Amino acid sequence: MLDLKAAAADRGSSAAPNPEAPPLVVEGLSHSFGERQALRNVSFALERGDRTMLLGLNGAGKTTLFSLITRLYNHRSGAIRIFGWEIKQKPSEALARLGVVFQLPTLDLDLSVAQNLFYHAALHGLPRREASIRLRREIERVGLTDRMREHARTLSGGQRRRVEIARALIHQPRLLLLDEPTVGLDVASRQFMLDHVRMLCREEGLAALWATHLIDEVDAEARVIVLHRGRILAEGPVPEVIRRANASTMREAFDNLTGERGE
Amino acid sequence: MRPVHYYRCLRGIVWREALRFLNQRGRFLAALVRPLVWLLIFATGFRFVLGVSIIPPYQTYIPYEEYIAPGLLGMILMFQGMQSSLSMVWDRETGSMRTLLVSPLPRWYLLLSKLIAAVIVSVLQAYVFLLIAYFWGIQPPRLGYLTVLPALILSGMMLSALGLFLSSVIRQLENFAGVMNFVIFPMFFASSALYPLWTVRQANETLYRICMANPFTHAVELVRFALYEQFNLEAFAVVAGCVIVFMVLAVLGYDPGRGLIARRAGAE
Repeated sequence: MLDLKAAAADRGSSAAPNPEAPPLVVEGLSHSFGERQALRNVSFALERGDRTMLLGLNGAGKTTLFSLITRLYNHRSGAIRIFGWEIKQKPSEALARLGVVFQLPTLDLDLSVAQNLFYHAALHGLPRREASIRLRREIERVGLTDRMREHARTLSGGQRRRVEIARALIHQPRLLLLDEPTVGLDVASRQFMLDHVRMLCREEGLAALWATHLIDEVDAEARVIVLHRGRILAEGPVPEVIRRANASTMREAFDNLTGERGE
Repeated sequence: MRPVHYYRCLRGIVWREALRFLNQRGRFLAALVRPLVWLLIFATGFRFVLGVSIIPPYQTYIPYEEYIAPGLLGMILMFQGMQSSLSMVWDRETGSMRTLLVSPLPRWYLLLSKLIAAVIVSVLQAYVFLLIAYFWGIQPPRLGYLTVLPALILSGMMLSALGLFLSSVIRQLENFAGVMNFVIFPMFFASSALYPLWTVRQANETLYRICMANPFTHAVELVRFALYEQFNLEAFAVVAGCVIVFMVLAVLGYDPGRGLIARRAGAE
């Protein structure tokens, strides 16, 4: 028992406070911009391998929630813990374990695909040789190996998104956030993103939080969180949420829960 | 995060800034053409209009081109500093700031790295300009090319830090034209870049005071003296002080706890 403690102390600050800590815990989170309350007492958790769709209309508070989890700005109430690290107190430990695909395109169009990925690896302090191995692997998995040396500008929207998801995985995070990653994509690219994330969760045990306003993207195998006007209206496996809302489809469940018609 | 992570991160940020600059040939050209237009055309046109008497650090009468060369070095540092900081906010790359800020390294360090990268690129530009100016007859003492380096670095840091700070707080400046009108032009013209301030003083005492309060004036003077192997203590003190103040303001502006970016996000 003592030995275990000593071993944990040896690993220093990089050891998680509790190795069993869930990938993401959000507790009692509220946030407002002046008068406007963007999030009200939001609580949920993601377990390993969970693929959770954060479903909400535009303005529901999805982007605010993502900004807080990625620490663009601090939360003032509640708690956000990534693998047990509170993001406000231990931002470095928390962010190191987090991969993000942002809503806005974030590739540097004047750089090549490989250069974009190397830049990201450097921001995470990875040595160049290791980065090179990892980015080759990630880019191969999204099927863009032959485009590595090309400028990001020459890629289509769907291809750019694939590079962005490859990039988000280079530092091998165990938690992946995706903020409306399929906006503006064609059907094939959208399906690719959905399949890729599904594979990552199922086969590699990644936890993913995928924000969307498209009900079609919420499949029966996923978990769903329905966020509406800053409040969580329902949370759980999709079939269960549908059943509890006395509905037969997710769309119907969403309409019943929010009293509004979703997309 | 160990020191080696910090080093790799800095290297990556500098490398990206350099690549971006080299890849955007238009930007590279524009950055050079701008001061060269001033030097080759403007200064020639005004050569006989504006005579410059002997003022320190010069020991003899100098042609007007020679007087404005340090001012144009300041212009290069200012444009580059503003552009590299503010491009994070515009250029459809609104997201590139986000990718930077989710790095696990401390935010002040990321901003400092960004600043160092911008300064390296702008100092390189300044030397390319000095090389071309040499063939145009602006030939400061040999050693001046070396002594001007720390002055360029410090002044570059000041202007880049100012750009970083502006990028964190100012939402109204939607495009580069806005910054040109409200920051770059006033700072450039109300300074000693184009005319010695004693001439301004003869015309208007208030304007003279404004010019003296303008940190850009001191950046230009620091560079001017250094280019002629001299050290201007007053200019150094002002510029060094401004580096610290602007950097602290920029770090506060991007501090997730201060809420400046939070407020901005809320307003969007």
